[in-house]
Amino acid sequence: MERNFLATIGRVFIAFMAAVGRIAIFTAQALRHCFAPPFYLRLIGKQMMDIGYYSLPVVGMTALFTGMVLALQIYVGSSRFNAESAVATIVVIGLTRELAPVLSGLMIAGRVGAAIAAEIGTMRVTEQIDALVTLSTNPFKYLVAPRLIAGVITLPILVLIADIIGVSGGYLVATEKLGFNAGTYLQNTFDFLETNDVVSGLIKAGVFGFIVTLMGCYHGFNSTGGAQGVGKATTNAVVSSFVLILISDYFLTVLLID
Amino acid sequence: MSETPKIELRNVCKSFGRKVILDNLNISIAPGESLVVIGGSGTGKSVMLKCILGLLTPESGEIYIDGEEITNQPAHVREKLLLKTGMLFQYAALFDSLTVWENVAFGLIQAHGMKRGPAKEIAIEKLALVGLAADVANRKPAELSMGMQKRVGLARAIAADPEIIFFDEPTTGLDPIMGDVIDTLIRDCTKALGATTLTISHDMEGAQKIADRIALLYKGNVVWSGPAAEINTCGNPYVEQFVHGDVDGPIKLDILKP
Repeated sequence: MERNFLATIGRVFIAFMAAVGRIAIFTAQALRHCFAPPFYLRLIGKQMMDIGYYSLPVVGMTALFTGMVLALQIYVGSSRFNAESAVATIVVIGLTRELAPVLSGLMIAGRVGAAIAAEIGTMRVTEQIDALVTLSTNPFKYLVAPRLIAGVITLPILVLIADIIGVSGGYLVATEKLGFNAGTYLQNTFDFLETNDVVSGLIKAGVFGFIVTLMGCYHGFNSTGGAQGVGKATTNAVVSSFVLILISDYFLTVLLID
Repeated sequence: MSETPKIELRNVCKSFGRKVILDNLNISIAPGESLVVIGGSGTGKSVMLKCILGLLTPESGEIYIDGEEITNQPAHVREKLLLKTGMLFQYAALFDSLTVWENVAFGLIQAHGMKRGPAKEIAIEKLALVGLAADVANRKPAELSMGMQKRVGLARAIAADPEIIFFDEPTTGLDPIMGDVIDTLIRDCTKALGATTLTISHDMEGAQKIADRIALLYKGNVVWSGPAAEINTCGNPYVEQFVHGDVDGPIKLDILKP
Protein backbone atom coordinates (compact mmCIF):
# COMPACT_ATOMS: atom_id res chain seq x y z
CA MET A 1 0.00 0.00 0.00
CA GLU A 2 2.72 2.41 1.12
CA ARG A 3 4.91 1.26 -1.76
CA ASN A 4 2.10 1.89 -4.26
CA PHE A 5 1.59 5.37 -2.85
CA LEU A 6 5.29 6.18 -3.17
CA ALA A 7 5.35 4.74 -6.68
CA THR A 8 2.43 6.95 -7.66
CA ILE A 9 4.18 10.03 -6.30
CA GLY A 10 7.32 9.01 -8.18
CA ARG A 11 5.44 8.54 -11.45
CA VAL A 12 3.72 11.92 -11.10
CA PHE A 13 7.03 13.62 -10.31
CA ILE A 14 8.77 12.00 -13.29
CA ALA A 15 5.88 12.94 -15.60
CA PHE A 16 6.01 16.52 -14.28
CA MET A 17 9.76 16.80 -14.82
CA ALA A 18 9.40 15.32 -18.32
CA ALA A 19 6.75 17.93 -19.15
CA VAL A 20 8.99 20.71 -17.79
CA GLY A 21 11.83 19.37 -19.94
CA ARG A 22 9.64 19.26 -23.06
CA ILE A 23 8.45 22.84 -22.48
CA ALA A 24 12.04 24.00 -21.87
CA ILE A 25 13.23 22.43 -25.14
CA PHE A 26 10.24 23.89 -27.02
CA THR A 27 10.94 27.34 -25.51
CA ALA A 28 14.62 27.20 -26.44
CA GLN A 29 13.79 26.19 -30.01
CA ALA A 30 11.13 28.89 -30.28
CA LEU A 31 13.45 31.60 -28.94
CA ARG A 32 16.22 30.57 -31.33
CA HIS A 33 13.84 31.03 -34.27
CA CYS A 34 12.64 34.41 -32.92
CA PHE A 35 16.14 35.85 -33.28
CA ALA A 36 17.30 34.16 -36.49
CA PRO A 37 16.24 35.28 -40.00
CA PRO A 38 14.12 35.02 -42.07
CA PHE A 39 11.52 37.08 -40.17
CA TYR A 40 7.95 36.76 -41.42
CA LEU A 41 6.96 40.43 -41.01
CA ARG A 42 3.59 39.97 -42.70
CA LEU A 43 2.70 37.18 -40.25
CA ILE A 44 3.98 39.18 -37.26
CA GLY A 45 1.76 42.09 -38.37
CA LYS A 46 -1.25 39.81 -38.75
CA GLN A 47 -0.69 38.29 -35.32
CA MET A 48 -0.32 41.75 -33.78
CA MET A 49 -3.71 42.64 -35.22
CA ASP A 50 -5.26 39.41 -33.89
CA ILE A 51 -3.71 39.66 -30.44
CA GLY A 52 -3.85 43.42 -30.01
CA TYR A 53 -6.41 45.23 -32.12
CA TYR A 54 -9.16 42.60 -31.90
CA SER A 55 -8.63 42.26 -28.14
CA LEU A 56 -9.07 45.98 -27.49
CA PRO A 57 -12.83 45.82 -26.75
CA VAL A 58 -12.53 43.04 -24.16
CA VAL A 59 -9.40 44.48 -22.53
CA GLY A 60 -10.86 48.00 -22.61
CA MET A 61 -14.12 46.90 -20.97
CA THR A 62 -12.23 44.94 -18.31
CA ALA A 63 -9.98 47.91 -17.52
CA LEU A 64 -12.86 50.39 -17.45
CA PHE A 65 -14.96 48.45 -14.97
CA THR A 66 -11.95 47.42 -12.89
CA GLY A 67 -10.98 51.09 -12.52
CA MET A 68 -14.56 51.97 -11.56
CA VAL A 69 -14.88 49.18 -8.99
CA LEU A 70 -11.42 49.92 -7.61
CA ALA A 71 -12.35 53.58 -6.97
CA LEU A 72 -15.52 52.52 -5.17
CA GLN A 73 -13.87 49.86 -3.00
CA ILE A 74 -10.88 51.99 -2.07
CA TYR A 75 -13.20 54.85 -1.18
CA VAL A 76 -15.11 52.54 1.19
CA GLY A 77 -11.86 51.42 2.84
CA SER A 78 -10.06 54.75 2.98
CA SER A 79 -13.09 56.67 4.29
CA ARG A 80 -12.90 54.56 7.47
CA PHE A 81 -9.76 56.46 8.51
CA ASN A 82 -10.38 59.71 6.63
CA ALA A 83 -7.90 58.98 3.85
CA GLU A 84 -10.24 59.57 0.88
CA SER A 85 -7.57 61.67 -0.84
CA ALA A 86 -5.57 58.46 -1.39
CA VAL A 87 -8.23 56.99 -3.72
CA ALA A 88 -6.75 58.48 -6.91
CA THR A 89 -3.21 57.39 -6.07
CA ILE A 90 -4.16 53.86 -5.06
CA VAL A 91 -6.33 53.44 -8.17
CA VAL A 92 -3.55 54.49 -10.54
CA ILE A 93 -0.83 52.49 -8.77
CA GLY A 94 -3.04 49.44 -8.38
CA LEU A 95 -3.96 49.53 -12.04
CA THR A 96 -0.56 50.25 -13.57
CA ARG A 97 1.50 47.96 -11.37
CA GLU A 98 -0.88 45.05 -10.99
CA LEU A 99 -4.44 44.91 -12.20
CA ALA A 100 -4.08 46.10 -15.80
CA PRO A 101 -1.22 43.70 -16.69
CA VAL A 102 -2.63 40.70 -14.82
CA LEU A 103 -6.25 41.09 -15.95
CA SER A 104 -5.21 41.88 -19.53
CA GLY A 105 -2.92 38.83 -19.47
CA LEU A 106 -5.75 36.61 -18.26
CA MET A 107 -8.18 38.03 -20.84
CA ILE A 108 -5.65 37.50 -23.63
CA ALA A 109 -5.00 33.96 -22.37
CA GLY A 110 -8.72 33.22 -22.67
CA ARG A 111 -9.19 34.89 -26.03
CA VAL A 112 -5.88 34.52 -27.86
CA GLY A 113 -4.14 31.62 -26.10
CA ALA A 114 -7.14 29.39 -26.72
CA ALA A 115 -7.38 30.49 -30.37
CA ILE A 116 -3.67 29.85 -30.98
CA ALA A 117 -3.87 26.37 -29.43
CA ALA A 118 -6.99 25.52 -31.44
CA GLU A 119 -5.55 26.78 -34.73
CA ILE A 120 -2.14 25.11 -34.38
CA GLY A 121 -3.72 21.99 -32.89
CA THR A 122 -6.03 21.67 -35.88
CA MET A 123 -3.06 22.19 -38.19
CA ARG A 124 -1.25 19.38 -36.36
CA VAL A 125 -4.08 16.82 -36.57
CA THR A 126 -4.90 17.65 -40.22
CA GLU A 127 -1.23 17.24 -41.26
CA GLN A 128 -0.88 20.93 -42.16
CA ILE A 129 2.25 21.17 -39.99
CA ASP A 130 3.70 18.14 -41.79
CA ALA A 131 2.82 19.88 -45.06
CA LEU A 132 4.83 22.93 -43.94
CA VAL A 133 7.86 20.69 -43.38
CA THR A 134 7.53 19.10 -46.83
CA LEU A 135 7.40 22.61 -48.30
CA SER A 136 10.82 23.33 -46.73
CA THR A 137 9.30 25.72 -44.19
CA ASN A 138 10.24 25.41 -40.55
CA PRO A 139 6.99 25.33 -38.48
CA PHE A 140 8.73 26.99 -35.53
CA LYS A 141 9.76 29.90 -37.68
CA TYR A 142 6.46 30.15 -39.56
CA LEU A 143 3.94 29.42 -36.78
CA VAL A 144 5.57 29.90 -33.39
CA ALA A 145 8.07 32.78 -33.75
CA PRO A 146 5.61 35.33 -35.25
CA ARG A 147 3.09 34.66 -32.47
CA LEU A 148 5.69 34.97 -29.71
CA ILE A 149 7.11 38.19 -31.14
CA ALA A 150 3.62 39.64 -31.62
CA GLY A 151 2.59 38.65 -28.07
CA VAL A 152 5.64 40.24 -26.45
CA ILE A 153 5.24 43.48 -28.42
CA THR A 154 1.46 43.77 -28.34
CA LEU A 155 0.52 43.02 -24.74
CA PRO A 156 2.48 46.00 -23.29
CA ILE A 157 0.72 48.29 -25.80
CA LEU A 158 -2.65 46.84 -24.77
CA VAL A 159 -1.78 47.28 -21.09
CA LEU A 160 -0.78 50.91 -21.64
CA ILE A 161 -4.20 51.50 -23.20
CA ALA A 162 -5.82 49.55 -20.35
CA ASP A 163 -3.97 51.78 -17.83
CA ILE A 164 -5.46 54.90 -19.44
CA ILE A 165 -8.98 53.44 -19.69
CA GLY A 166 -8.86 52.05 -16.13
CA VAL A 167 -7.74 55.36 -14.65
CA SER A 168 -10.49 57.08 -16.64
CA GLY A 169 -13.02 54.65 -15.15
CA GLY A 170 -11.83 55.48 -11.65
CA TYR A 171 -11.96 59.20 -12.47
CA LEU A 172 -15.54 58.90 -13.75
CA VAL A 173 -16.80 57.15 -10.62
CA ALA A 174 -14.82 59.41 -8.28
CA THR A 175 -16.05 62.64 -9.84
CA GLU A 176 -19.60 61.65 -10.85
CA LYS A 177 -20.59 59.33 -8.00
CA LEU A 178 -18.31 60.01 -5.05
CA GLY A 179 -18.19 63.80 -5.42
CA PHE A 180 -14.43 64.24 -5.86
CA ASN A 181 -13.16 67.49 -7.39
CA ALA A 182 -11.97 66.68 -10.94
CA GLY A 183 -8.81 68.81 -10.77
CA THR A 184 -7.77 67.47 -7.36
CA TYR A 185 -8.39 63.87 -8.40
CA LEU A 186 -6.24 64.24 -11.51
CA GLN A 187 -3.53 66.03 -9.53
CA ASN A 188 -3.46 63.18 -6.97
CA THR A 189 -3.36 60.69 -9.81
CA PHE A 190 -0.30 62.15 -11.49
CA ASP A 191 1.59 63.65 -8.54
CA PHE A 192 2.26 60.33 -6.88
CA LEU A 193 2.61 58.21 -10.04
CA GLU A 194 6.21 57.23 -10.83
CA THR A 195 7.64 56.07 -14.14
CA ASN A 196 8.58 52.80 -12.47
CA ASP A 197 4.91 52.06 -11.72
CA VAL A 198 4.04 52.13 -15.41
CA VAL A 199 7.24 50.48 -16.64
CA SER A 200 7.01 47.58 -14.19
CA GLY A 201 3.45 46.90 -15.42
CA LEU A 202 4.62 46.96 -19.02
CA ILE A 203 7.50 44.56 -18.27
CA LYS A 204 5.00 42.20 -16.67
CA ALA A 205 2.77 42.55 -19.73
CA GLY A 206 5.65 41.56 -22.04
CA VAL A 207 6.32 38.45 -19.95
CA PHE A 208 2.61 37.56 -19.85
CA GLY A 209 2.38 38.01 -23.63
CA PHE A 210 5.25 35.56 -23.98
CA ILE A 211 3.64 33.06 -21.60
CA VAL A 212 0.23 33.16 -23.31
CA THR A 213 1.55 32.74 -26.85
CA LEU A 214 4.12 30.13 -25.79
CA MET A 215 1.50 28.00 -24.03
CA GLY A 216 -0.91 28.33 -26.96
CA CYS A 217 1.79 27.26 -29.42
CA TYR A 218 3.18 24.48 -27.21
CA HIS A 219 -0.14 22.79 -26.49
CA GLY A 220 -1.36 23.25 -30.08
CA PHE A 221 1.88 21.87 -31.48
CA ASN A 222 1.72 18.79 -29.29
CA SER A 223 -1.97 18.03 -29.67
CA THR A 224 -2.90 14.52 -30.79
CA GLY A 225 -5.98 12.46 -31.48
CA GLY A 226 -8.34 14.58 -33.56
CA ALA A 227 -11.05 16.92 -32.30
CA GLN A 228 -10.82 15.71 -28.70
CA GLY A 229 -7.07 16.33 -28.71
CA VAL A 230 -7.53 19.86 -30.03
CA GLY A 231 -10.13 20.57 -27.32
CA LYS A 232 -7.76 19.26 -24.65
CA ALA A 233 -4.90 21.35 -26.06
CA THR A 234 -7.07 24.47 -25.92
CA THR A 235 -8.07 23.84 -22.30
CA ASN A 236 -4.48 23.09 -21.29
CA ALA A 237 -3.23 26.24 -23.01
CA VAL A 238 -5.69 28.45 -21.12
CA VAL A 239 -5.25 26.76 -17.73
CA SER A 240 -1.45 26.67 -17.91
CA SER A 241 -1.36 30.31 -19.04
CA PHE A 242 -3.56 31.36 -16.11
CA VAL A 243 -1.43 29.48 -13.59
CA LEU A 244 1.89 30.65 -15.04
CA ILE A 245 0.70 34.28 -15.21
CA LEU A 246 -0.29 34.27 -11.54
CA ILE A 247 2.90 32.50 -10.41
CA SER A 248 5.21 34.65 -12.51
CA ASP A 249 3.34 37.77 -11.36
CA TYR A 250 4.49 37.18 -7.78
CA PHE A 251 8.12 36.61 -8.76
CA LEU A 252 8.15 39.55 -11.15
CA THR A 253 6.68 41.78 -8.47
CA VAL A 254 9.40 40.73 -6.00
CA LEU A 255 12.04 41.30 -8.67
CA LEU A 256 10.69 44.68 -9.78
CA ILE A 257 10.19 45.99 -6.24
CA ASP A 258 13.76 45.02 -5.36
CA MET B 1 28.31 0.91 -63.10
CA SER B 2 24.69 0.98 -61.99
CA GLU B 3 22.73 4.23 -61.74
CA THR B 4 22.44 5.87 -58.28
CA PRO B 5 18.91 5.34 -56.97
CA LYS B 6 16.84 8.47 -56.54
CA ILE B 7 15.51 7.17 -53.21
CA GLU B 8 16.99 4.32 -51.25
CA LEU B 9 16.10 2.83 -47.85
CA ARG B 10 18.65 0.48 -46.31
CA ASN B 11 17.71 -1.69 -43.32
CA VAL B 12 15.35 0.94 -41.93
CA CYS B 13 13.80 0.03 -38.58
CA LYS B 14 11.12 1.93 -36.72
CA SER B 15 8.96 0.91 -33.81
CA PHE B 16 6.53 2.56 -31.42
CA GLY B 17 7.04 1.05 -27.98
CA ARG B 18 7.06 -2.70 -28.47
CA LYS B 19 5.25 -2.56 -31.79
CA VAL B 20 7.66 -2.97 -34.66
CA ILE B 21 6.45 -0.98 -37.68
CA LEU B 22 9.40 -1.10 -40.09
CA ASP B 23 11.64 -4.16 -39.82
CA ASN B 24 14.88 -3.84 -41.78
CA LEU B 25 13.06 -2.32 -44.72
CA ASN B 26 14.96 -2.07 -47.98
CA ILE B 27 13.52 -0.18 -50.94
CA SER B 28 15.23 1.39 -53.94
CA ILE B 29 13.62 3.64 -56.55
CA ALA B 30 15.41 4.50 -59.79
CA PRO B 31 15.33 8.01 -61.28
CA GLY B 32 12.08 8.59 -63.18
CA GLU B 33 10.52 5.44 -61.80
CA SER B 34 7.04 5.34 -60.30
CA LEU B 35 6.83 2.95 -57.34
CA VAL B 36 3.55 2.23 -55.63
CA VAL B 37 3.77 0.61 -52.21
CA ILE B 38 0.61 -1.29 -51.34
CA GLY B 39 -0.36 -3.05 -48.15
CA GLY B 40 -3.00 -3.29 -45.49
CA SER B 41 -3.63 -0.76 -42.75
CA GLY B 42 -0.89 -0.67 -40.12
CA THR B 43 1.78 -2.32 -42.27
CA GLY B 44 4.07 0.70 -42.09
CA LYS B 45 3.40 2.48 -45.39
CA SER B 46 2.75 5.92 -43.88
CA VAL B 47 5.57 5.51 -41.36
CA MET B 48 7.95 4.72 -44.22
CA LEU B 49 6.89 7.89 -46.02
CA LYS B 50 7.22 9.98 -42.85
CA CYS B 51 10.73 8.57 -42.25
CA ILE B 52 11.79 9.59 -45.77
CA LEU B 53 10.35 13.08 -45.30
CA GLY B 54 12.03 13.48 -41.90
CA LEU B 55 8.74 13.72 -40.02
CA LEU B 56 9.79 10.61 -38.08
CA THR B 57 13.30 9.42 -37.28
CA PRO B 58 14.09 5.73 -37.78
CA GLU B 59 15.86 3.88 -34.97
CA SER B 60 18.38 2.39 -37.35
CA GLY B 61 19.15 2.13 -41.03
CA GLU B 62 19.87 4.77 -43.64
CA ILE B 63 17.78 6.71 -46.14
CA TYR B 64 19.40 8.19 -49.22
CA ILE B 65 18.11 10.77 -51.68
CA ASP B 66 20.28 11.12 -54.80
CA GLY B 67 22.96 9.13 -52.98
CA GLU B 68 23.03 11.56 -50.05
CA GLU B 69 22.32 10.13 -46.61
CA ILE B 70 19.57 12.20 -44.98
CA THR B 71 18.56 10.32 -41.86
CA ASN B 72 20.49 12.29 -39.26
CA GLN B 73 20.98 15.54 -41.13
CA PRO B 74 20.16 18.83 -39.35
CA ALA B 75 16.88 20.58 -40.18
CA HIS B 76 18.40 23.17 -42.54
CA VAL B 77 20.06 20.46 -44.67
CA ARG B 78 16.80 18.51 -44.85
CA GLU B 79 14.96 21.69 -45.84
CA LYS B 80 17.33 22.05 -48.81
CA LEU B 81 16.81 18.41 -49.81
CA LEU B 82 13.05 18.79 -49.55
CA LEU B 83 13.22 21.63 -52.09
CA LYS B 84 13.40 18.95 -54.77
CA THR B 85 10.36 17.08 -53.49
CA GLY B 86 6.60 17.55 -53.54
CA MET B 87 3.97 15.79 -51.47
CA LEU B 88 0.26 15.12 -51.84
CA PHE B 89 -1.29 14.26 -48.46
CA GLN B 90 -4.11 11.78 -47.91
CA TYR B 91 -6.61 14.54 -47.11
CA ALA B 92 -4.72 17.23 -49.06
CA ALA B 93 -3.59 19.07 -45.87
CA LEU B 94 -4.24 22.47 -47.43
CA PHE B 95 -3.60 25.51 -45.23
CA ASP B 96 -7.13 26.61 -44.42
CA SER B 97 -6.11 30.18 -43.52
CA LEU B 98 -4.77 30.75 -47.05
CA THR B 99 -6.53 30.98 -50.41
CA VAL B 100 -6.18 28.23 -53.00
CA TRP B 101 -3.52 30.07 -55.02
CA GLU B 102 -1.56 30.93 -51.86
CA ASN B 103 -1.59 27.23 -51.01
CA VAL B 104 -0.30 26.24 -54.43
CA ALA B 105 2.33 29.00 -54.43
CA PHE B 106 3.35 28.48 -50.79
CA GLY B 107 6.57 26.61 -51.51
CA LEU B 108 7.50 28.98 -54.34
CA ILE B 109 7.14 32.03 -52.05
CA GLN B 110 8.43 30.68 -48.74
CA ALA B 111 11.08 28.19 -49.79
CA HIS B 112 12.14 29.41 -53.24
CA GLY B 113 11.89 33.13 -52.41
CA MET B 114 9.67 34.01 -55.38
CA LYS B 115 7.63 37.26 -55.37
CA ARG B 116 3.88 36.89 -54.88
CA GLY B 117 2.95 38.16 -58.37
CA PRO B 118 4.89 35.64 -60.46
CA ALA B 119 4.13 32.90 -57.92
CA LYS B 120 0.40 33.54 -58.38
CA GLU B 121 0.77 33.22 -62.16
CA ILE B 122 2.51 29.85 -61.76
CA ALA B 123 -0.14 28.75 -59.25
CA ILE B 124 -2.92 29.51 -61.73
CA GLU B 125 -1.00 27.62 -64.45
CA LYS B 126 -0.67 24.58 -62.18
CA LEU B 127 -4.34 24.78 -61.21
CA ALA B 128 -5.19 24.68 -64.92
CA LEU B 129 -2.98 21.58 -65.29
CA VAL B 130 -5.10 19.76 -62.71
CA GLY B 131 -8.33 20.93 -64.34
CA LEU B 132 -9.27 23.81 -62.05
CA ALA B 133 -10.38 27.17 -63.41
CA ALA B 134 -8.71 30.44 -62.41
CA ASP B 135 -11.77 31.55 -60.43
CA VAL B 136 -11.02 28.83 -57.87
CA ALA B 137 -7.71 30.54 -57.09
CA ASN B 138 -9.15 33.11 -54.71
CA ARG B 139 -11.39 30.71 -52.81
CA LYS B 140 -10.58 29.16 -49.44
CA PRO B 141 -9.98 25.35 -49.25
CA ALA B 142 -13.05 24.90 -47.03
CA GLU B 143 -15.23 26.05 -49.94
CA LEU B 144 -14.03 23.15 -52.16
CA SER B 145 -15.13 19.52 -52.41
CA MET B 146 -12.64 16.80 -51.37
CA GLY B 147 -11.96 16.00 -55.03
CA MET B 148 -11.13 19.64 -55.74
CA GLN B 149 -8.99 19.83 -52.60
CA LYS B 150 -7.02 16.80 -53.77
CA ARG B 151 -6.46 18.50 -57.13
CA VAL B 152 -5.28 21.66 -55.36
CA GLY B 153 -2.99 19.44 -53.27
CA LEU B 154 -1.62 17.92 -56.48
CA ALA B 155 -1.09 21.39 -57.96
CA ARG B 156 0.82 22.36 -54.79
CA ALA B 157 2.90 19.18 -55.01
CA ILE B 158 3.98 19.91 -58.59
CA ALA B 159 4.18 23.72 -58.27
CA ALA B 160 7.98 23.88 -58.02
CA ASP B 161 8.52 21.18 -60.69
CA PRO B 162 10.01 18.75 -58.15
CA GLU B 163 12.28 15.84 -59.03
CA ILE B 164 10.55 13.57 -56.52
CA ILE B 165 6.85 13.47 -55.63
CA PHE B 166 5.27 11.51 -52.78
CA PHE B 167 1.61 10.54 -52.79
CA ASP B 168 -0.09 9.39 -49.60
CA GLU B 169 -3.20 7.41 -50.55
CA PRO B 170 -4.21 9.92 -53.21
CA THR B 171 -7.65 8.47 -53.94
CA THR B 172 -8.83 7.83 -50.37
CA GLY B 173 -12.24 9.34 -49.70
CA LEU B 174 -13.07 9.90 -53.37
CA ASP B 175 -15.72 8.29 -55.54
CA PRO B 176 -14.38 5.89 -58.24
CA ILE B 177 -14.74 8.42 -61.04
CA MET B 178 -12.94 11.20 -59.17
CA GLY B 179 -10.38 8.62 -58.03
CA ASP B 180 -9.69 7.78 -61.66
CA VAL B 181 -9.43 11.48 -62.53
CA ILE B 182 -6.81 11.95 -59.77
CA ASP B 183 -4.88 8.84 -60.88
CA THR B 184 -4.85 10.06 -64.48
CA LEU B 185 -3.68 13.52 -63.39
CA ILE B 186 -0.93 12.00 -61.24
CA ARG B 187 0.25 9.83 -64.13
CA ASP B 188 0.16 12.66 -66.67
CA CYS B 189 1.68 15.33 -64.45
CA THR B 190 4.52 13.17 -63.19
CA LYS B 191 5.36 11.85 -66.66
CA ALA B 192 5.39 15.42 -68.00
CA LEU B 193 7.80 16.44 -65.23
CA GLY B 194 9.87 13.26 -65.54
CA ALA B 195 9.65 13.00 -61.75
CA THR B 196 10.40 10.00 -59.58
CA THR B 197 7.32 9.10 -57.57
CA LEU B 198 6.59 7.07 -54.48
CA THR B 199 2.92 6.40 -53.83
CA ILE B 200 1.32 4.52 -50.98
CA SER B 201 -2.10 3.12 -51.66
CA HIS B 202 -4.75 0.49 -50.98
CA ASP B 203 -6.31 1.04 -54.37
CA MET B 204 -5.20 -1.78 -56.70
CA GLU B 205 -6.75 -0.33 -59.85
CA GLY B 206 -5.17 3.06 -59.25
CA ALA B 207 -1.84 1.48 -58.35
CA GLN B 208 -1.70 -0.37 -61.68
CA LYS B 209 -2.55 2.82 -63.52
CA ILE B 210 0.22 4.99 -62.08
CA ALA B 211 2.94 2.46 -61.20
CA ASP B 212 5.95 1.23 -63.12
CA ARG B 213 6.64 -1.08 -60.21
CA ILE B 214 4.60 -2.22 -57.25
CA ALA B 215 5.86 -3.36 -53.84
CA LEU B 216 3.72 -5.12 -51.24
CA LEU B 217 4.51 -4.25 -47.63
CA TYR B 218 3.63 -6.63 -44.83
CA LYS B 219 4.79 -6.39 -41.21
CA GLY B 220 7.22 -3.63 -42.04
CA ASN B 221 8.98 -5.37 -44.89
CA VAL B 222 8.61 -5.89 -48.63
CA VAL B 223 7.21 -9.35 -49.35
CA TRP B 224 6.92 -8.87 -53.11
CA SER B 225 8.13 -6.32 -55.62
CA GLY B 226 7.76 -6.39 -59.38
CA PRO B 227 6.51 -4.68 -62.52
CA ALA B 228 2.93 -3.36 -62.24
CA ALA B 229 1.84 -5.50 -65.21
CA GLU B 230 2.80 -8.69 -63.35
CA ILE B 231 0.83 -8.14 -60.17
CA ASN B 232 -2.10 -10.30 -61.28
CA THR B 233 0.06 -13.16 -62.54
CA CYS B 234 3.03 -13.24 -60.18
CA GLY B 235 1.75 -16.18 -58.13
CA ASN B 236 2.98 -14.71 -54.84
CA PRO B 237 0.55 -15.86 -52.11
CA TYR B 238 0.70 -12.53 -50.27
CA VAL B 239 -0.07 -10.60 -53.46
CA GLU B 240 -2.86 -12.97 -54.44
CA GLN B 241 -4.52 -12.65 -51.04
CA PHE B 242 -4.20 -8.86 -51.08
CA VAL B 243 -5.42 -8.46 -54.68
CA HIS B 244 -8.42 -10.72 -54.15
CA GLY B 245 -9.14 -9.41 -50.65
CA ASP B 246 -9.24 -12.91 -49.12
CA VAL B 247 -9.41 -13.28 -45.36
CA ASP B 248 -7.51 -16.60 -45.50
CA GLY B 249 -3.88 -16.60 -46.51
CA PRO B 250 -0.43 -15.68 -45.28
CA ILE B 251 -1.51 -12.12 -44.38
CA LYS B 252 -2.90 -12.24 -40.84
CA LEU B 253 -5.03 -9.38 -39.58
CA ASP B 254 -4.88 -8.22 -35.96
CA ILE B 255 -8.60 -8.68 -35.33
CA LEU B 256 -10.26 -10.75 -32.67
CA LYS B 257 -12.71 -13.33 -33.98
CA PRO B 258 -16.15 -13.18 -32.34
